[in-house]
Amino acid sequence: MHAKLRRRAFLAGTAAAALPMPAIAQNTPIRIGLLTVKTGPLAQGGIQMEQGTNLFLKDRNNMLAGRKVELVVADTGGNPAGTKTKAQELIERDNVDMIFGPLAAFELLAISDYVAAHKTPILSLAAAEDMTQRKPNPYFVRASGTSAQNMHPLADYAAKELKYKSVMTISEDFAYGYEQMGGFQRVFEDDGGRVMKKLWPPIVTPDYTPYIAQLSGVDAVVQGFAGSNPLKFMKQYKDAGMTLPVLGGGTAGDDALLKSFGDEAIGLISASAYTSDLDTPSNKKFIAGMVRDTGAIPGLYAAGLYINGMVTEAALEKTGGKTDDKAALIAAMRAVSLTDSPRGPFHFDHFGNVVGTVYIRRLERKDGKLVQTTIKTYPNVSQFWTFDEKWFLAQPVYSRDYPPLKS
Amino acid sequence: MKRLALAVALLALATVPFWVGNSYYVNIATQILIFAVLALGLNVLVGYAGLVTLGHAALFGVSAYAAATLINAGHGSVVVAIGASVATLVVTAIFAILALRGTGLGFVMITVALGQIVWGIAYRWISLTNGDNGISITARPAPFGLSLTSAPAFYWATLVVFLVAVGAMAMFVASPFGAALRGTRDQARRMSALGYNVWLTRFLAFLFSGFWSGVAGLLYLYYNQFVSPQTVALSASAEALLMVIAGGTATLLGPIAGAALVIIMKDVASAYIERWNFVLGAIFVVIVVFMPEGLVPGSVRLWRWAIASLRSRATAPALGRESEP
Amino acid sequence: MHLWLILAVNSVTLGGLLFLLSAGFSLIFGLMRIPNLTHGSMFMLGAYFGVSLIAAGTGFWLAALLAGLGVALFGAIIERFVLRRLIGAELAQVLVTLGLSFMVADACLMLWGGDPISVETPVALRGATAMLGMAFPTYRLAIILIAVVIAVALWGLLDRTRLGAMIRAAVDDPAMARVVGIRVSHLFTIVFSLGAGLAGFAGVIGAPILSVYPGLDQDMLPLALVVVILGGTGRLMGSLVGSFVVGFLYNFGQALFPELAYVVLFLPMLVVLVVRPQGLFGRVTL
Repeated sequence: MHAKLRRRAFLAGTAAAALPMPAIAQNTPIRIGLLTVKTGPLAQGGIQMEQGTNLFLKDRNNMLAGRKVELVVADTGGNPAGTKTKAQELIERDNVDMIFGPLAAFELLAISDYVAAHKTPILSLAAAEDMTQRKPNPYFVRASGTSAQNMHPLADYAAKELKYKSVMTISEDFAYGYEQMGGFQRVFEDDGGRVMKKLWPPIVTPDYTPYIAQLSGVDAVVQGFAGSNPLKFMKQYKDAGMTLPVLGGGTAGDDALLKSFGDEAIGLISASAYTSDLDTPSNKKFIAGMVRDTGAIPGLYAAGLYINGMVTEAALEKTGGKTDDKAALIAAMRAVSLTDSPRGPFHFDHFGNVVGTVYIRRLERKDGKLVQTTIKTYPNVSQFWTFDEKWFLAQPVYSRDYPPLKS
Repeated sequence: MKRLALAVALLALATVPFWVGNSYYVNIATQILIFAVLALGLNVLVGYAGLVTLGHAALFGVSAYAAATLINAGHGSVVVAIGASVATLVVTAIFAILALRGTGLGFVMITVALGQIVWGIAYRWISLTNGDNGISITARPAPFGLSLTSAPAFYWATLVVFLVAVGAMAMFVASPFGAALRGTRDQARRMSALGYNVWLTRFLAFLFSGFWSGVAGLLYLYYNQFVSPQTVALSASAEALLMVIAGGTATLLGPIAGAALVIIMKDVASAYIERWNFVLGAIFVVIVVFMPEGLVPGSVRLWRWAIASLRSRATAPALGRESEP
Repeated sequence: MHLWLILAVNSVTLGGLLFLLSAGFSLIFGLMRIPNLTHGSMFMLGAYFGVSLIAAGTGFWLAALLAGLGVALFGAIIERFVLRRLIGAELAQVLVTLGLSFMVADACLMLWGGDPISVETPVALRGATAMLGMAFPTYRLAIILIAVVIAVALWGLLDRTRLGAMIRAAVDDPAMARVVGIRVSHLFTIVFSLGAGLAGFAGVIGAPILSVYPGLDQDMLPLALVVVILGGTGRLMGSLVGSFVVGFLYNFGQALFPELAYVVLFLPMLVVLVVRPQGLFGRVTL
C-alpha cells in the first residue's frame, strides 16, 4: 500500500498521449471530485471506489476529450456531516466539475439538495430509491441501480425458474434493506409466492443466531446484507446447520468478497448489475487492470466507479469536452448509451437511473477458486421493472412495513 | 492588555468572511463556532461541576431532531426555537435526574447508557426520526426576513449567537451560582454542610449546560439542513468531550480552542493527511499526557516556562558572580 | 420450543465469548479504576494478529496464544509509557485510552486493509454436535469450555497465588497495599497487560464466528461495557454472571424485540447503574 500524502491530482506516470491538441486549446483540466470513505467501517467499499476510479483514469492516461483530468479525493468518514463538509470543499474550494460518489444513501441524502443547488452533476452508487423516483435530483446520474432494481428480477427468477413458493427475508434494519426486500416481495407475491416473515437485524449485529433460528418452514431465505455483514451471516448460517437455499442482492454476493468467502457461500444465488464473469472486452480489460493493481477481483464498488468514468467520457464527447455548461453536461450524461461496458449494455431513463442488464449468478468453486457463474440474464431492466411508471410512483416507497405482508 | 486582545479578537471574528478567502473556509469557521457553543455548554458540567459526561451529543441531537420535525410540520422560526429548547430541557432533566444518582465514573457510565438509548431510538423509531436516512429541511430559516442561505450571512448569525453564549458563560462563571458550582466540584461535603443543596446546584447546572447544547444543536440543523442518528452516536459525544479536554476546562477560551482544533483536524487536515484519524488520536494522546490541563492552559504554561528559562539564562552569570565569596 | 432451545444454548455460548472479552476489562476496571476504552481495539488487534499468524502457517490454538501474548506486550508498553504518567488522573487515563483506540483502529485499517477477513474454524471442532434432539455448532460449544478453563485459571491466579493476593489487596485498598510494601505500579502493568492479552486471545477465539473487519472494535466494546456494569467490577464472579446475563438479554431480546435491540441492552445497564451502581456482584463502588 503506497502512502499518499498529497491528495491532489492523480497524475499517472504513464506516457502522455501524443494527441494533437485541438486548436481551441482547452487548457484548464477537468476536475472530478471523489467523495468516498477511507476510514472507519465503511472503508471497505470506499477504498474500492477509489481503486476503480484510479484504474479508469490510468486506462485513459488521465485525459478525457483532450483535456487533462485532475482527481480530488475526499474522505467523508462515513458520516453525513462529514459528507456535507467534503462536498462543500469539493464544490466551493476545489471547483470540481462533477462529483463521483458518495458511497452510502444517508450520505447522499445529506447533500442532495446542496449539490443540486450548485448545479453539480453527481454520479453515485447509493441506491436510495427516491433519488430517482419521488424526490428526483435533476443533477443525479446512477449507473448502478436502485435498491430494488436487482431484486425484482431475482424474485421473478425465484418464482418462475426455481419454483419457490414461500420465503423468509432477512436484511439490515435500514432503508437499503427495506427497499431491497420490499422489491423482492412485490414481484414474488405477484408471481404467486408468499413472504412468510421479514427479519431486520440491526446493522451492527455480532451474532445473527437469534435471527437464523427463526428461519424455517420455507423454500428459501432471501438476504440483502451489505459491507462485511454478508461474510458473517453466511458463516453463522452454515454453522447453524441451515440447509435452505439462500438468495441475495448485489451487495450480498459482491464479487469483491469472493476472496474472503469460504465454502459456506457456495450455492449462493445473487442478482447483481455487475458480474465478474461477464465476457465483454471492457470487462476483461477492467478486471485485468484491477487484478494487476490491487491483486483482487473487483466487485460492484470498483466497477461502478469505472463505469461512472466511462459515462463521463461519453458525455464529454457529446459536449465537445466542455464542462462549464452544467445543464448541457448533465443532459449529455443522461443521454449516454453504451454497448460495451464492464456491466454490459445500458442507458438511462428520464430520471437519470440506469436501464441495464441484471445478472443472476451462482457462487461456485472452479479449479479451486470461488467464482460467480451467470445462470440467467435479464436485459433492459429499469427501476420500475414491468410495472407502469405512474402506478409505481403513486405507491409509497418501499419501507419496513410496505408492502404489507399478505400472510 | 486583555481588553485590547479581546477587541482584536472580536474584530477578527466579525470580519472573517472578508479575510478568509473562500466560502468553504467561512463555513468551517461557522462550524467551529457552533461546536464551540456545544463545548462551552459541556464545559459547564465537565469543568465547573466536575461531572464528566459521554452522552452530551444526545442533548445536541434531540434539539436538532425536534427542530427538524417542527420545521417540516410547517412552524415558524420562533415556535421551532422554543419547541427545540423545551424538548432539550425535558430530555436534559431526565438525564440529570438519572445520572446524578452516581458520581465520578458512575455518572459517566450512566450518561453513556442514556446516550446509547437515545441513539437506539433515533435509529429504530423510524416513524419518529426516519431512521438512518435522517431528516432534512429544505431551507434555512429567515428570521426577521433576513436570508441566511449564503455562507457569510449564516456565519454572522452564528457569530451573534456565539457571542451571546460566551457572554452568558462569562456571567455564569462570575456569578455566585458559578462559584457554588465550583464549590460542589471541589468540596461537595463542605458545601452540603454549609447548607447548599448540592444536588439542586448540579441539576440546575446540567439544565444550563443542556440548554446551550440545544442551542448548538439548533444552529447545527440550520447549518447542515440535515440530522441523522450519527449526530447522537457515542463517537459524537466523545468528540465533544475531546474538544473540551483538548482546549482545557479551566478557562472559557479552552473549549473554543478545542472546538477549533478538532474541526480543523477533521475537516481541513483530513484533506491533506490520509491517516487523519490516527493523527487525531495521536494528538489527543499527546495533549492528555503532556498538557492534561488542556491546550490553552498548557500552552500558557509552556509559554511561561519558555520565558522563565530565557530569563534565568540571562541572569545566571550575575547570580554566579554574586555567590562568589 | 425449538426456537427457545436454540436461543437458550446460544445465550450460553455467547456468554462464554463475552466472558473472554470482558474478563480483562473487568480486571483492569477493578484494579486501576479505568474503563479501558481501548479494549475493543485490543480484541480486534489480537484477531488481526491471529489472522496473520494463521496465514503464515501457525496452528489456530498456537496463533491464539501468540496473539494474546502480542497484545499483552502492547498493553504493557501502553501502561508503562503512557498510562503510568497519568497515575491518579483517572479521567485522563480514560481519555488516553479513547485516543489510543482511534490510533489502533486506523493502524489496523492501514496494515490489514478494509476488507473483512474470514477465519476458519479449527478442523477438530468443525461441524455440529447432536444435543437435546438438535444440532449445535461444535465450535460454539467449545467456547463455553474455553471460557470455563480461563475462568478457573483466573480464579486460581487471583485466589491461590501470591500475585493474586497482591492484586486483590490492591483492588480493595491501594493505599494500604502500598504501605504493606506491594509495588502497586508494577501490579498495574501486570494487570493491564494481562487484561489486554485476554482481549487479544478472545479476538482470535471469536474470529471464526465474528470474522475480522474494521469496526469490530466498536461493535464489541459496548458489549464489554454492559457486561462489566451489570456484573460488577473487580470480581470474577461478576464478569461471569454478567456475561451470561448479557448473552441471554442479547439473544432473547433480539428475537423478541428486534426494534428495541439497543435499548434492550442498555436499559438494564442503566437500571443497574441507577439502582445498584456497583453492579450485581461488584465491590468497587463507581
